[in-house]
Amino acid sequence: MAFLEIDELTVRLPQGRAARPILDGVSLRVGEGESVGLVGESGSGKSVACRSVLGLLPEGAAVSGAVRVGGRDVLGMRRAELRSLRAREVAMVFQDPRASVNPMRRVGDFLTEGLRAAGTAPAVAARRAVELLEAVGIRDPEGAMRRYPHHFSGGMLQRVVIAAALAGEPSLLLADEPTTALDVTTQAEVIAILTRLQAERGTGMLFVTHDLELAAAVCDRVYVMYAGRIVETQTAAGLFARPRHPYTAGLLASTPRLDPDAGPPKPIPGRPVSLAEAPTGCAFAARCAQVRPECLVEPPALVRADDAYAACFRVDEGIVT
Amino acid sequence: MSTLRIDREAADGAIVRRPGFGLLRALRQGPLFAGAAAVLVLLVLIAVFAPLIAPYDPDAVDLTATLAGSSSEHLLGADQSGRDILSRVIHGARTGLLGPLLVVGISTFLGIAIGVAAAWRGGWIDAMLSRSMDLIFAFPGMLVAILFVAVFGSGLTAPVIAMSVAYTPYVGRLVRSIAGQEKARPYIESYRVQGWSGWTICVRHLIPNITPTVLAQSAINFGYALMDLAALSYLGFGVQPPDSDWGSMINEGQAALLQDAMLPSFAPGLCIVVAVVAFGIVGEGIADRVAKRER
Repeated sequence: MAFLEIDELTVRLPQGRAARPILDGVSLRVGEGESVGLVGESGSGKSVACRSVLGLLPEGAAVSGAVRVGGRDVLGMRRAELRSLRAREVAMVFQDPRASVNPMRRVGDFLTEGLRAAGTAPAVAARRAVELLEAVGIRDPEGAMRRYPHHFSGGMLQRVVIAAALAGEPSLLLADEPTTALDVTTQAEVIAILTRLQAERGTGMLFVTHDLELAAAVCDRVYVMYAGRIVETQTAAGLFARPRHPYTAGLLASTPRLDPDAGPPKPIPGRPVSLAEAPTGCAFAARCAQVRPECLVEPPALVRADDAYAACFRVDEGIVT
Repeated sequence: MSTLRIDREAADGAIVRRPGFGLLRALRQGPLFAGAAAVLVLLVLIAVFAPLIAPYDPDAVDLTATLAGSSSEHLLGADQSGRDILSRVIHGARTGLLGPLLVVGISTFLGIAIGVAAAWRGGWIDAMLSRSMDLIFAFPGMLVAILFVAVFGSGLTAPVIAMSVAYTPYVGRLVRSIAGQEKARPYIESYRVQGWSGWTICVRHLIPNITPTVLAQSAINFGYALMDLAALSYLGFGVQPPDSDWGSMINEGQAALLQDAMLPSFAPGLCIVVAVVAFGIVGEGIADRVAKRER
C-alpha cells in the first residue's frame, strides 16, 4: 500500500467564487521512499492538491474523496491528530525561503523549535540541528545556528529550510516549487541535496513544479495536471520518450532545446482555463491540435495505455504532431 | 577566541548567544534621535532617584521664601507657599512618567490582544472587535476620564483607566492591520504546516514580528498620554495637591503669574513640552527604522 493515497479528491469552492472545481477527481499515489512529480501550469490545482495532504484546504470548500497518509484519512482527522501528522509525518518545503522563514528567529531556534516542542532536550536538539546543517552542506554549522535568516543567500536559506523539514524525520516530504525562487545554478545544488537526502533517508517526496524537465530529472513518476484534473501519469523516462496526452506533448514541445537541429520552441496556443470557466468536455479541447467532436461533449476518463495513464479519447492513436 | 567558543558549544551542545548590541545601534540614528533618547533616559533616572536628587522636601512649606526668584538657595525659585520648585518638578517627574507608562502599557497589551485576535480569527470576531473599537473612538478620552473621576474619585487611578481604554483602539486598529498583513506571509503558513497551534504561532512568531511597529506607535502615544494626564491634573481631576505633578503645578502657578513670578508655572510647563517632544522624536525615529528595514 502506498504511503500517500489521494482518491478521487474533488474540491469545490462555494457558489459564485469559481465555476469549476479547483480539483476534479484527482487520484495520486506516493509509495514509501518514492519521489513523485506533480506538474502543471499556475492555476492547475497542483498546490491545492499538495496542501490537501496536510489537511489544509480553502475555507468553505466542499470536499469529496479521500486523502490517506499511512492508511489514515487526513480529511476526517481531529485537530490533535492533524497537528501530530504535520509535526511528525509530513513536512513541507516552500517556494521562497526568504518568505517562509520567520525573519526574527535565529536559524538555531528555527531548526530546533519543532524538536524541542516534541520533547527533545535542547542540547540534543541543537546537536541534531548541527548535523542536519552539515548534511545540507552549510559550512560552519555552529556559526550558522547563531545567525539570522537575512545573513544567508536564498540558496543557503533553502538548504536550511530543507534541514528543518527533515528535522522531524518525516516519512513524506512535500516540496512546493522548492527551487522556483532560486538561481539556476543554486537550483541544481538544492535539487541535488534534496534528492540525495531523500534517497538516503528513504523519505517519500511529492515534488510540485511547473517545470516538466525538472520533475523528470528528480522524480521516478510524474503526474501532469491541467485545470484541476490529472491528465497523464507515467514514469519520468516514458514521459519524454512517449507523451500520451496532447498537453504533455505540448509542454515538451514548448521547452527551448539546445540541440543544433532542434527548431524553435512551439508554444501551446490559447491560454489556461480560468476558474471562472467551466468547459463541458475536455478542458484542454480549446487548445488541442487533435480535437474531435466528442471531446467537447464530456471529459475523457483516465485510461490505461501500456504502463501509462492518460485522459484523452485518442490515447490509442498516439500523439500526432 | 572563536575556536574557544566553538569548543565550549561542542562541550555542552547548547546555543551560545553573542551579547546584543541592539541598544547601541539604535542610537546611531542621528543627533536628534540620540538627543531625544538621552533626554528620556535622563527623565527616567530623575524620576527613579527623585528623593536623592531633590534638594528639598517637595512638600516642605517655607513661608519666608514665598515666590522667591531664582537663587543659589532655590535654583528655580519657590512657589506661593515657599516650596522649592526644582524639588517639586523633580518629584513631579514620577507621577508624570508613571501615569503615561501605565496607560501605554495597558493600552498596548489590550490593543495587541484585540488586534491580533481580530486579524487572526477574522469573520464575526473581527467584526465585533472592530465595531467595539469604533464605539470607543466615538467618545473623547478626556470626557470619559472626567466621567470616571466623577464616579471613582480623583487621583491617578481613574484617569489612567479611562485613558487606557481611550488609547486601546488606536493600538488595536494598527495591530489589526499589520497583523493581517503578517498573517498572509508564507512563514506563518509554514508554521501552521508544521502543526503549531494558532496561539503559539501568534505569541511566538507573529507578535514579535509586529512589535517594532507597535513600539513606535506606543512611544508616540506615551507623549500624548503624558499631555492628556497633565491636562487632567491641570483641570484638577488628576493628581491632587499637595502631591507634586506638572499639570497641577501649572494650575497652582497661574495665580503667581499675576505677581510677576513666571517660574512656578513655566518650569513644569517646559518639562511637559520637553518630555512630549522627546517621546515624539523617539517614536518617529523607531518608526523610520522599521520602515527602512522593511524596504
